[in-house]
Amino acid sequence: MSQSHRIDAKVGGGQIDRTKTLGFTFDGVGYQGHPGDTLASALLANGVRLMGRSFKYHRPRGPISSGSEEPNALVELRTGGRQEPNTRATVAELFDGLEAKSQNRWPSLRFDAMGINDKLSPFFAAGFYYKTFMWPKAFWEKLYEPIIRRAAGLGSVTREEDPDEYEKGFLHCDLLVIGAGPAGLIAALTAGRAGARVVLADEDFRMGGRLNAETFAVGGKSGADWAAGVVAELASLPNVRLMVRTTVIGAFDHGIYGAVERVSDHLAVPIAGKPRQVLWRIYSKRAILAAGAIERPIAFENNDRPGIMMAGALRAYANRWGVKAGERVAVFTNNDDGLRTAADLKAKGVDVVAVVDSRQGEEVIDTKGKLGLTQITIRDKAGRTRTVGVDALGVSGGWNPNVNVHSHHRSRPVWNDEIAAFVPGADGPAGLLVAGAAAGGLSTHAALKSGAEAARAAVEALGKQAPYSLPVAEDAPTKVSPLWFVHHGKGRAWIDQQNDVTVKDVKLAKQENFTSVEHLKRYTTLGMATDQGKTGNVIGLAVMAELTGRSIPETGTTIYRPPYTPVAMGTLAGRSRGKEFKPFRLTPSHQWASEQGAFFVEVGMWMRTQWVPKAGETEWRQSVDREVLATRKSVGICDVTTLGKIDIQGTDAGAFLDKVYANTFSTLAVGKCRYGLMLREDGMVFDDGTTARMGQNEYVMTTTTANAVTVFRHLEFCRQCLWPDMDVQLISTTEAWAQFSVAGPNARKLLEKVVDQDISDAAFPYMGAGNITVGGLRARLFRISFSGELAYEIAVPTRYGDALLREMLAKGAEFDPVVYGTEALGVMRIEKGHVAGGELNGQSTALNMGLGKMVSKKKDSIGMVLSQREGMVEENGYRLVGVKPVDPKAKLVAGSHFLEKGAAPVAANDGGWLTSKVYSPHLGCEIALGYLKGGDKKIGTRMRAVNLVGGLDTEVEIISQHMFDPEGERLRG
Amino acid sequence: MANLHALTALGAREAAVITVGPLTITERFDVALASVAARRGRMADLAKAAKAAGLPLPDPARWQGGTPYSAFWTVPEMWLVEAPFASHELIEGMLKAALDDAASVTEQTDAWVALDLAAPDLAPLLERLCNVDFRAVADGYATRTMIEHLGCYLIKHGAGAVRLYGPRSSAKSLVHAIELAAHSAW
Repeated sequence: MSQSHRIDAKVGGGQIDRTKTLGFTFDGVGYQGHPGDTLASALLANGVRLMGRSFKYHRPRGPISSGSEEPNALVELRTGGRQEPNTRATVAELFDGLEAKSQNRWPSLRFDAMGINDKLSPFFAAGFYYKTFMWPKAFWEKLYEPIIRRAAGLGSVTREEDPDEYEKGFLHCDLLVIGAGPAGLIAALTAGRAGARVVLADEDFRMGGRLNAETFAVGGKSGADWAAGVVAELASLPNVRLMVRTTVIGAFDHGIYGAVERVSDHLAVPIAGKPRQVLWRIYSKRAILAAGAIERPIAFENNDRPGIMMAGALRAYANRWGVKAGERVAVFTNNDDGLRTAADLKAKGVDVVAVVDSRQGEEVIDTKGKLGLTQITIRDKAGRTRTVGVDALGVSGGWNPNVNVHSHHRSRPVWNDEIAAFVPGADGPAGLLVAGAAAGGLSTHAALKSGAEAARAAVEALGKQAPYSLPVAEDAPTKVSPLWFVHHGKGRAWIDQQNDVTVKDVKLAKQENFTSVEHLKRYTTLGMATDQGKTGNVIGLAVMAELTGRSIPETGTTIYRPPYTPVAMGTLAGRSRGKEFKPFRLTPSHQWASEQGAFFVEVGMWMRTQWVPKAGETEWRQSVDREVLATRKSVGICDVTTLGKIDIQGTDAGAFLDKVYANTFSTLAVGKCRYGLMLREDGMVFDDGTTARMGQNEYVMTTTTANAVTVFRHLEFCRQCLWPDMDVQLISTTEAWAQFSVAGPNARKLLEKVVDQDISDAAFPYMGAGNITVGGLRARLFRISFSGELAYEIAVPTRYGDALLREMLAKGAEFDPVVYGTEALGVMRIEKGHVAGGELNGQSTALNMGLGKMVSKKKDSIGMVLSQREGMVEENGYRLVGVKPVDPKAKLVAGSHFLEKGAAPVAANDGGWLTSKVYSPHLGCEIALGYLKGGDKKIGTRMRAVNLVGGLDTEVEIISQHMFDPEGERLRG
Repeated sequence: MANLHALTALGAREAAVITVGPLTITERFDVALASVAARRGRMADLAKAAKAAGLPLPDPARWQGGTPYSAFWTVPEMWLVEAPFASHELIEGMLKAALDDAASVTEQTDAWVALDLAAPDLAPLLERLCNVDFRAVADGYATRTMIEHLGCYLIKHGAGAVRLYGPRSSAKSLVHAIELAAHSAW
């Protein structure tokens, strides 16, 4: 069977390239089609009508449309990591080697065991789950829901990683035109000729919209030819960007639209380096929605059989793709447009055996055909019925303007009696005009006129003139006489084919008082899932309106939300996934550390050296213990470039620091640095670090690595908004300087070998800071310590950082220097009792940290007043303490809670918690810092550190937080 | 006495030149940078001193070339100043001497990686990287923009010539992002 349903090229060639043949498979069976085909048109050309099974009842289904509104013909495309479920066959562009599979059936599409659901349908009416699976309550989550989810559903998700790339981008234009049918094309042409920057986007791979599917003339030639001519002219205009395969998925604020461009979906595999899809953010000054209209069905018994489709789709397949969906065809319509289908099909040589026009009192009341339509039953005006054998039926219930994007800002569409449909309301997104069928102008002339008018209005609003002339085109009135559902019989008449919602379900919803449209939607699932009710919603509302005696506008519509059609998760992620999820920041010593086989840890975006293993070290603790011991014994070097560095200058710089820091900086001598504590407005500690005074009006602040950006932002806020009168200038210099901590008893001796100045204790005392030189190169030196050792931080311009590290290691080799990472840093700071991330947790005060005296009351500073609140200064509040286990071999776990001996592990007895824990090679046991209620009075006592999750209950001794060199003799050495 | 070698932001002794299709990415290792911010109420003094020093102070969103100094606006009354590294490695001190206390000057040379992008038309590349209406803006346009989460400065020197300043520590990530976008664009 090779393209048995393709219309002879002499009768109607369509817009396919018959000179080329494409092979593809559906459920493993090979077929052929042509370039220009969709999967649906190619399958129909091969006589395949059955393309899927319905969501709930597993009813056999075929396509009802030829566009993105398709509810039924959902397939899985491709295989492996590229497998994509719920793809509409009606818009899947055919390529050679395409592999498609039907979904939601077992074992096969033709015989689906789950079809039993259809036989049991009386039990599965709307609300069935809610009413049935209520008892026992505990069964829902574990039993009922998993079974129901397995029985229902659409496609399956691949477990493999998606191998394709996705991208995001930004476009800017004067005018975005959404849809390239007659209205969109002439709008783009009018604006483009006027010199406006235009983006014309269409979800189809061929521009022209319905003009490609119709036979009538525009401007004396076929609509498709006219469209092709306009597209050619537009392509020649440098100010116009044509975007095929691009769906505008949503209207966002300030003229911004989201659009998905399917760059590679029409190829078997994307071209190397090209993304599969691009998510564009389009910034437009004006936009025109010319998204056309969607034909709606009429509900009647068994109106869902493969072979029954929209009348407009039936003729689109014939006219555009040269496909006859059936050999014997009938049409059921309530408007003149349906009659076009009969005429066009006849012209293509198709046997049109019946035209059932409800305006003449005739209706289709039932159909037959298990896996595809074989017969329809017609009831005439007099009530007589007759059956007609057909294999395709075109149904037209009128056309619904595609108001979707216009309603993304909650504009409610308004009812238009003339075309018996909703049209866009007045309060759409600012700058968005609507034209063509989307605005309710259903004739070609109306579409062209409103498209040109909208473009002229948009362009004139931007200060340009945009004259236009219209080609001659048909202007036939709609002549629709509403018919929503056929009153006949007790069988099921389908409204929303994707969700298996029937007229009966709406009746039941009404009966149970779910009459609001939003309730109707949730109760019946009308309008949910991938098609979002594009074909079914309005009939559902109309049925509810009829049942409740309200008008359709009174019944109202549900809310329209982006995206207009489904978007792959990968497209939303763009390039932000895997190792490209975010950029990395590399330290100046990264190259050296990589050469040593160092382990790195992500700190914010920084990759910091965590530890540097030596030969023979098999686990991390060995390396970390060695780094700690070596540093405290002789000298260790750590890259601290990641700490935030902010240059603060101006005649008010000192006064500014007094306000942002809890302690005083204006009195700091030039050439000195000081530890500073920064509070939030609410009195909690925000950040800490040292700030050095490099000149009379020049300070360099350091922040924690994690808070570098937040502190800078905070300072900018203070400068710009709180005290705009202060003379203060800020700029980040974090990346400008490579900075290394050099710590340990031999730190000075090592540095003396590389720096040019005298850095003896007398010349460069504790907390000294200044500009120095390293072999003549400008550098900075700060005598500060986080480890408790004699320590300096030395900084050179970043480009020299790698060299400085190698130089220090080489020239200081006699001191056996070690490079230590963040783990050893953590051990030493905890041994010394310095606070870091675990203690700076956003809910701790200076008092909690034992730094209460640093909050100066002699001046006003951010957070000072609120840090003195009653609850924050209570005598028995949390205080930072040191902790060690009574049994040196016992384990501690950060997060454990303090309990008195014998106290039950309940919240009422909670005494606080361990904030940070390490193994101290000097103390020979695990040690921790912790916040303990009244901790300052409990030094020397014993308590328990209890971790219920980890199953630990350890007896601990509360000690001073300064667990190593409490008098600070080493660091002043 | 130390004699320290320098590494570029991309981690090599020599500045990188990377070609992807029609695009050439040239790492610029020969640019000295400093920020100049007017002290409060001292704009007139700064303007006078800058003029005498041959330092342009362009309008918002603009870059202005000059010898030896070029500059682009960053925030109100603040500019980033470019000069040849060979002659102006000590740019901070030189500008401080020239501008005295009318401005705060901070060295920024190694805070940034400087990349020159060149192609017949850079618009298809840049629309995949940042939210800059590159086609519409005039030559000499300068702006701060985000590229793959990184705050960068972009200066348009022509339809096919752009100077990018990105955070130095993320130079490799930034170049990688540009390469990926270039593969997609061309």
